[in-house]
Amino acid sequence: METINYQNFRIDAENICVDYNGKVALYDANLRLKPGQICGLVGMNGAGKTTFFNALTGFVNISKGKIRINGESVRSAQKDQTIAYVPQNEGIDSQFPISVWDVVMMGRYGSMNIFRCPRESDVQAVKDAIERVDLTDHLSTPIGTLSGGQRKRTFLARAIAQRASILLLDEPFSGVDIRTEKLISELFIQFKNEGKTILLSTHDMIHVREFCDLVLLINKTVVAYGETSEVFTPENITTTFGGISPDFLFGPES
Amino acid sequence: MELCSFLTLDSFITDPLTHDFMRKALLMSSLVAAVCGFLSSYLTLKGWALMGDAVSHSVMPGVVVAYALGLPFSLGAFIFGVGSVALIGFIKQKSRVKEDTVIGLVFTGFFALGIVLVSKIKSNIDLHSILFGSPLGISLSDVKQTIFISLLVVILLLIFRKDLMLYCFDPRHAKTVGINVFFLHYLLLTCLSLAAVVGLQSVGIILVVAMLITPGATAYLLTDKFDNMTAISVLSAIISSLIGIYVSFWFDLETGGSIVLAQTFIFLFAFLFAPRYGIFKLKKLFAGNK
Repeated sequence: METINYQNFRIDAENICVDYNGKVALYDANLRLKPGQICGLVGMNGAGKTTFFNALTGFVNISKGKIRINGESVRSAQKDQTIAYVPQNEGIDSQFPISVWDVVMMGRYGSMNIFRCPRESDVQAVKDAIERVDLTDHLSTPIGTLSGGQRKRTFLARAIAQRASILLLDEPFSGVDIRTEKLISELFIQFKNEGKTILLSTHDMIHVREFCDLVLLINKTVVAYGETSEVFTPENITTTFGGISPDFLFGPES
Repeated sequence: MELCSFLTLDSFITDPLTHDFMRKALLMSSLVAAVCGFLSSYLTLKGWALMGDAVSHSVMPGVVVAYALGLPFSLGAFIFGVGSVALIGFIKQKSRVKEDTVIGLVFTGFFALGIVLVSKIKSNIDLHSILFGSPLGISLSDVKQTIFISLLVVILLLIFRKDLMLYCFDPRHAKTVGINVFFLHYLLLTCLSLAAVVGLQSVGIILVVAMLITPGATAYLLTDKFDNMTAISVLSAIISSLIGIYVSFWFDLETGGSIVLAQTFIFLFAFLFAPRYGIFKLKKLFAGNK
């Protein structure tokens, strides 16, 4: 009999529950992802997508269950900067007086000394990351004057600079221009080849079919999980969205 | 005014400096203003203006009790300042009352307790100087305390400058990369309580919140860089203090009120004429003339 080697899984969430002051946000959720896998997280607003992310990053505590990141605890994943979180554009204060360079440098904070003085390697990592998202012309631009797509790329660069092996992306394609969308999808392929694991939430069903090897449909708990081709069926989608048919949600093509 | 007719700018500035109490007031108020101004950029970006108001009012009973017991007033103020925030957090979590309501009722409760205590204890506490500040009548032991607390806050802010910026900007990322967000939250609160304590000597409990938010708000209108914002905030706070004290000296006005008014005027100036974010956008006007 084959024994499960937890080291094989980048993310291993087992029966996790999260509640906020007694109000259940997520229960009995499971997820296992290996290196190089891209998984779509699909659900309605309030279905627990952000809560799932928060549990994986340790931003909220789980009340039941177990999370292992590369076989270790969430706490040690934080120490090793294993996980990078790319927020929704709405989730950040775009008027904060901070430049592209400074945001991306924040990806290096976890591995710097207490004064957060950038070493040469940090400067290089930030430069490379900004180049990969094609923002080299905007190094000192305040984030408030960037377009939605440029801002999204800035936070993606922060995740790259962090050298995380797991990327959690909250609505990476919402409110971005075509150029950014193309760049992000190219980066996803590169990340996959580098063995990074990606979990992304999205409202766009076409993106799920295009990028995601796996899909996790949730509505407070897991509705369905597995290979996109098998699990991403009209029936499962209908169940996830509380009985609304996919035709109504995404047009007859779906 | 008769006074102004023979005053030159030179004597306007140098005459008050011949008085020992004025030199002390100018130095101490500048120091206090610098500390509050430094903290101010964090508080305005974090959206803690109301929290600043709450903490600064809540220190009142602490100051009174400390005076009565002969302890350093900063100690009492610190305990009640942090205590009020803990209480706000507790009530918010355990009841369905909204946060701004909880903040309002907790700090007014503490403030009222302070006023009642003053009337009961009847020591030599000068209620007026607590409420409205007394930078001109600052005692030697107060000077020592103020310098000590100010240096402490400045050192803490300098060490954790970048972490606090990250905490204000994106606490989730901070947590994700293993930075202790809980610690930073209470560090900022501690600095807030301590700054409120030193600030109340300059402008008094009622107006100290202005010292903690106005310079930051002014700077926020003038720059898009965090370090510049801090520098402008500190500078505008110091300038306001100096203007306030000089004006109050020459025209016999309440000092605390004058300092805060000076800050308000500087803010209004930025609000109207800031290059990028002002109503009249000076940059565009100049560009148009070229």
